[in-house]
Amino acid sequence: MMSAVDDKPTPSREGASSAFTLGPLVAGPPCCTPQTHISIKSVTLSYGRIPAIRDVSLDIYKGCITALIGPSGCGKTSLLSCLNRLTDLIPGCHVEGRIAIDGQDITTPDLDVQRLRRRVGMIFQKPSPFPLSIWRNLEMPLREHGVTRRDELEFRIEKALADVGLWAEVKDRLGSAALTLSGGQQQRLCIARALTLEPSTLLMDEPCSALDPLSSAVVEDLIQSLKGQYTVVIVTHNLAQARRIANYAAFFWVKERAGTLVEFDQCRTLFDQPRHELTAAYVKGLQG
Amino acid sequence: MSRTARDTCLLLGLSVAAIVASGILLLIILFLSTEAWPVFSQVGLLKFAFDEAWYPTEGAFDLKPMLVASFAMSMLSIMLAAPLGIASAVFCRFYAPPVVRRAYQWIIILLAGIPSVVLGLWGLTVIVPLILMLAPPGASLLAGSLVLALMIVPTVALTTQAALASIPQFYWVGAAALGLSREGTLLGVALPAVRSSIFAGIMLAMARALGETMAVLMVSGNVVQLPTSLFDPVRTLTANIALEMAYATGDHRSALFVSGLALTVLVFILAWVARRSGGQVVHA
Ligand SMILES: Nc1ncnc2c1ncn2[C@@H]1O[C@H](COP(=O)(O)OP(=O)(O)OP(=O)(O)O)[C@@H](O)[C@H]1O
Ligand SMILES: [Mg+2]
Repeated sequence: MMSAVDDKPTPSREGASSAFTLGPLVAGPPCCTPQTHISIKSVTLSYGRIPAIRDVSLDIYKGCITALIGPSGCGKTSLLSCLNRLTDLIPGCHVEGRIAIDGQDITTPDLDVQRLRRRVGMIFQKPSPFPLSIWRNLEMPLREHGVTRRDELEFRIEKALADVGLWAEVKDRLGSAALTLSGGQQQRLCIARALTLEPSTLLMDEPCSALDPLSSAVVEDLIQSLKGQYTVVIVTHNLAQARRIANYAAFFWVKERAGTLVEFDQCRTLFDQPRHELTAAYVKGLQG
Repeated sequence: MSRTARDTCLLLGLSVAAIVASGILLLIILFLSTEAWPVFSQVGLLKFAFDEAWYPTEGAFDLKPMLVASFAMSMLSIMLAAPLGIASAVFCRFYAPPVVRRAYQWIIILLAGIPSVVLGLWGLTVIVPLILMLAPPGASLLAGSLVLALMIVPTVALTTQAALASIPQFYWVGAAALGLSREGTLLGVALPAVRSSIFAGIMLAMARALGETMAVLMVSGNVVQLPTSLFDPVRTLTANIALEMAYATGDHRSALFVSGLALTVLVFILAWVARRSGGQVVHA
């Protein structure tokens, strides 16, 4: 399972266009020397008394894009919401095991979840800007987190909008309602909103699947450009997309009515030389 | 019956119902207008605003004191009721433990159902004496506003509750994922998202306050005068109609219809504003 650490690819073998080189926003360590950012150890999550994921252990590497793939209902969304403790919102949801981000255990009850969620942003399938103006959408969370100086607000908002490629499109209409933007623009606004809080990690739950192909491609490029600077965990049903953008991939499957991790590897390896039959069938079945 | 015949019947029935309902409304307005017309054509519109006093039997038709009283009373009551109603709805939805929430819900619904004459009785025996201790005569603009406020709190509270309940789940989850606190979510997302519905509720409550007659008549003193303080007794347009209709004749009677028409128009305007703003509710 930890094979990513064992057999490091040599960049020359992978070629210059390999998914393991960094995008333009180089800031973190290169992905070929993986450095654990989020460590998930024996995590079991249950709704009520019914386990939804069982005994999942996985390391997520800093500055890389990790794709979670698998059939519907195998617990990808559930695993994602453990990482920013969104599971707290679901009555009866119970998480066992240990999850550490930057070495800090985030499963303890006395954790400051607001701070955690500021460090670990989340993007949902349905673009969810609030019914406020574009500007207020970005300003309000910042103010909530104690950023109140006008120049700092402006700086962060402009930077985030520029990072998601939205600045040129909206700079003249920051006061208009965010819901008047197109679906793709709304999704990029949501990403910008998460970026204003300067997170280290972004969790994305099928961020492109509610978008038309063109917007989807734009958002995909954007996610790719986040590589290096942010640790990205992305759930996607689009295997071609996972293959295009992810450095690592984790394949989940439902066993005994609970999701389990079947295989975790570098994305290329998982797609081209899967070690597990289930993975091979899934990857081939959905690709063919 | 064939499918199209059934459709036609249904369409016919619904159209008749719609026409009857709107027809009755038109008839009422027409009736008000014809009854108001004699005095309108004789004394003119300006007289109602700029005459020296209200002596309708002697041809002086100044409605200003009553207009001001009606307006001031409904404004005051909404200023009291809106914060109370909104706060109680928010409390119910976000802070109250389930038991309290259910109890509170019942109280609000019961309060909405109390007949206004009963509220008037209560105002007369509780509020008026209390105000009398502060400043005589007790029956006053303030007493009327307080009783009215109590009457319209449920309207504001129930519309706010419905609006908050209509906020889609993903706003709450999205706000939580951004690390917003409960207060931050409430003030930054939830209330702004439903502000137009809340505003619509306030407009409806205000329309109700403007039109209320019995309770106001019982507690506000009914002196025709421009109020200079909260403790002055005042007479609202509605109370004026109720008090004088029994004996009014000729131009006097006609003048009362003018005030009725004015009230109706005001309430229509409020309802229209409420509809306009309520239409903008965001359910993405
Ligand atoms: N709030 C909840 N309460 C109870 N059970 C839930 C809840 N959310 C998810 N589940 C169950 O947990 C299991 C995993 O769900 P989850 O949404 O994590 O799957 P997923 O991999 O994200 O699926 P999809 O690809 O369709 O989004 C499912 O069997 C689902 O029915
Ligand atoms: Mg899911």
